[in-house]
Amino acid sequence: MAITRIPTTSHEPLLWEYAQSRETTDIVDIEDRYGLFIDGEFRAPKSRRYFPTINPATEEQLSEVAEAGRSDVDAAVAAARKAFEETWGPMPGAERAKYIFRIARMVQERSRELAVLETLDGGKPIKESRDIDLPLVAGHFFYYAGWADKLEYAFPGIRPRPLGVAGQVIPWNFPLLMLAWKVAPALAAGNTVVLKPAETTPLTALVFAQLTQEAGLPPGVLNIVTGAGETGSYVVSHPDVDKVAFTGSTAVGKVIQNELAGSKKKLTLELGGKGAHLIFEDAPLDQAVEGVINGIFFNQGHVCCAGSRLLVEESVHDRFVDKLKRRLSTLRVGDPMDKNTDVGAINSREQLEKINELVASGRSEGAEMFQPECELPQRGFFFRPTLFTGVSQSHRIAQEEIFGPVLSILSFRTPEEAVEKANNTPYGLSAGVWTSKGSRILWMADRMRAGVVWANTFNKFDPASPFGGYKESGFGREGGRHGLLAYMDLGEE
Amino acid sequence: MSRVDVRKTYKLYIGGQFPRSESGRSYPALNSEGEVLARVARASRKDLRDAVRVARGAFEGWAGRTGYNRGQIIYRIAETLEDRAGTFAEQLMETGSTRKQASDEVTASVDRLVWYAGWADKFAQIYGNLNPVSGPFFNISVPEPTGVVGVVAPEQPGLLGLVSSLAPVLVPGNTTVVLASQVAPMPAITFTEVLDTSDVPGGVVNVLTGFKDELIPWLADHMDVNAIDATGATPDQALRIQEGAVHNVKRVVLPGANGPVQSPYRIAAFTETKTVWHPKGL
Repeated sequence: MAITRIPTTSHEPLLWEYAQSRETTDIVDIEDRYGLFIDGEFRAPKSRRYFPTINPATEEQLSEVAEAGRSDVDAAVAAARKAFEETWGPMPGAERAKYIFRIARMVQERSRELAVLETLDGGKPIKESRDIDLPLVAGHFFYYAGWADKLEYAFPGIRPRPLGVAGQVIPWNFPLLMLAWKVAPALAAGNTVVLKPAETTPLTALVFAQLTQEAGLPPGVLNIVTGAGETGSYVVSHPDVDKVAFTGSTAVGKVIQNELAGSKKKLTLELGGKGAHLIFEDAPLDQAVEGVINGIFFNQGHVCCAGSRLLVEESVHDRFVDKLKRRLSTLRVGDPMDKNTDVGAINSREQLEKINELVASGRSEGAEMFQPECELPQRGFFFRPTLFTGVSQSHRIAQEEIFGPVLSILSFRTPEEAVEKANNTPYGLSAGVWTSKGSRILWMADRMRAGVVWANTFNKFDPASPFGGYKESGFGREGGRHGLLAYMDLGEE
Repeated sequence: MSRVDVRKTYKLYIGGQFPRSESGRSYPALNSEGEVLARVARASRKDLRDAVRVARGAFEGWAGRTGYNRGQIIYRIAETLEDRAGTFAEQLMETGSTRKQASDEVTASVDRLVWYAGWADKFAQIYGNLNPVSGPFFNISVPEPTGVVGVVAPEQPGLLGLVSSLAPVLVPGNTTVVLASQVAPMPAITFTEVLDTSDVPGGVVNVLTGFKDELIPWLADHMDVNAIDATGATPDQALRIQEGAVHNVKRVVLPGANGPVQSPYRIAAFTETKTVWHPKGL
C-alpha cells in the first residue's frame, strides 16, 4: 500500500492515500423484483405498477419494487386488523416477546448482509451501516422485546392497552433503523403494523419482511407496502388505522397532522431540525472538532438531529474554524462500499438538487463558503463537505434544514446569547454543547428547547434513550420507556 | 331606606391585571331562569393576542421556579379558594346547582388543587429516569413544560371543569390562556381573583370570557401557542383546533385521551421529554 506524505503548511493537513478497501457484495442476493408483503406473503400489487430502486453511488438499478395502490393498502390494513383481533392481540405478552427476541437475534445473524444492502440502496458509508445502523436495529428489537410482558410496570396506576393497527411511514436516511424504531415498540405493545418504507430505500425493509417469515411471525402482524407519497397518504388516512407514526420532513408532517384532524387516531411525528451545536472557549477544542464533524457529516448530513448550526464563542471562533477546515480536508468522500469512506453518496438526485439550491442561497445571501479539494466520483450523487462562515441568523442556511453535508457557522459572546440563538428556530429536536465546566453544561441543558441535548458528545443513539422533538420538530418520543407511550391507549376504558 | 348594593364589574384577567375587553364589548351572563346576572367582557382577537404575549413573557420565570415553589403556589390557590367557598357556592347555585351540588363542586375543586399541588415536585421522578444505555454515557430523560398552553375550559361544571383543566397544565411550569365557560363565566372570573391573591405571578394564567366560536380560531392558529387542551370544545370546535394546530405543530389534548381528569398522565400530556447525554471518562 502506497502511503504518500504531502508537504504541508499550517493550513494544509497531512494527506494520506488510502488503498481501496471495498466490502464484498457477494453476501447479498437482490431479487429482480419485489412484491408487497401482505398477510405473511409477498404479493403482486393490484395496482400492477412497479418502480425502480437505484444505487445512488452508481445510479445503477438494483431492483424494482411494487407500488401499492389504495386497494393494496386496504388489503394490508385488513390483514393487520385480522391479526390484531385473532393472533397478535390475544397473544400473551410473554409469547409476543419471544417472537421479537427471535427477530433481534436473526437481525444479528444477518447483520452484514443487511448492512451491505443498506449501503447499496441508500448510499451511506458501509462503516456506518455496519457499525451503527445494524447494531442499533438489533438492539431496538432486543430492548422492546423485553417490554412486551412488562407493560403494566411502564404505566403505573393505569391499564395500558394496545391501540390496534399502526400505520407507519419512514424516511430514507436510516431505512432499517427507522423501521426498527417504529416496528419494535408497536409490536411489543401488542399492535399490528402496516409500514411504508421510503421510495428510494425499500430493499432492507423487504428483506426484513422475509426474515420475519423465517421467524414464524404470524401473518398480518407486519405488512410492508412500498410506494411513494401517495401510498403513504393511503396508509395514514385509512379509516381502519388507529395509530399513525411518521418520521420525515416538517412540511409532510403538517400535511399528515391536517389529514388526521377530526379523527381519533393517535399521532406521533418525528420531523425536521436545525440543531444548534455550541462551542465554548473552555471546551476541549480538538475533541469538539471531532464532535462537530460527526454532528454534521455523519450519514452525509442526512440526519434530522444533525448539528447543522455551529455557534462558536467569539474568542475561539477563528482558531476553531481553522481546525475544522483542516479536519474537513481529511474526510474521505466517495464510494460508500469502501470501508475507509467517511462521507458517502447523497441519497437521491432530488436531495442533491435541494442541497445545491440551499448552498447557492448561502452564497448569494453573503455567507463565505469553504469546501476542501477532493475528487468526487464521476457517477452517482455526491457533494463536498461544506462550511459556511459569516452566517447570520436570518440566512436561509441558518433557518432551513439542508439535510446534507453543509455546516453553517455563527458566533456568540455570552452564554445567554448562545441560548437565545440556539433556540431561535421553529425546530427543537437536538442541541449540543461543548465546555469543560460542569455547571455550565447543566445550565445550558436546562435552557435549550430541544428533545435531545448532547453535552461534550454528539449524535449518540441508543434503544433505551428517548428521542424526539419540541415545537415544529414534532411530538412523541421513540426509544426507551417513553417510546412505548406512542403505541399504548391510556384513555378511559 | 335599604342600602344599595355595590355590584362587581366582570372583566378579563391578562398579565395579572383586570382589563375590560379592548373591543369595548360585553355580553350578558344568564342565570338558570334566563335572567341577566351581569354583563361580562366579550374578549376579542386582540385581547387573545395580548394574553398569549404575556403568557410567553411569564413562561421562563414560571418554568424556572422550583417544583416545590410551584407546588406551594398551587396549594395557596386551594387555600384561597377554600376561604371563599361560600361566594363560589352562591354563584354556582345561580346557574342551576342545588346547594349540595354547589358546595360539593367547590370542595372537589379545592381537593383537586391540593392533589395536583403535591405533584409539582414529584412528577419528574415518575416521568423522568436515567436511561441504561449501552456505552460509557450518563443519560437522563426529564419532562419539561411544553410552553404556552391554550385551555378551552368545559362549559359545565364552571368551576371544577376549569380547575381540572388548569391544574395539570400549571404543575410542570406551563403558562396558559384560558377560554372560560361561555354560558357560566362568573365562577371563572371570580376564580381569577383567587389566582391574583395566591402569589401566582402575573401572566402565568390569563382568563378570557367571550364567545368560544369567535376566539377558538385565533387561539388554534396562533404561532406562539404550543399546545391546546380541547376538553371544553364541541366536536366542531375541536376539529377547528386540530386544523389550526397544523401551522406550528401544536399538541392537541382531546377529552378523555389521557385517562381520568385527576391523573398524572394529564400532567405528562403538557410536557416534553428532554434527554441529556454526557460521556463518562477520566
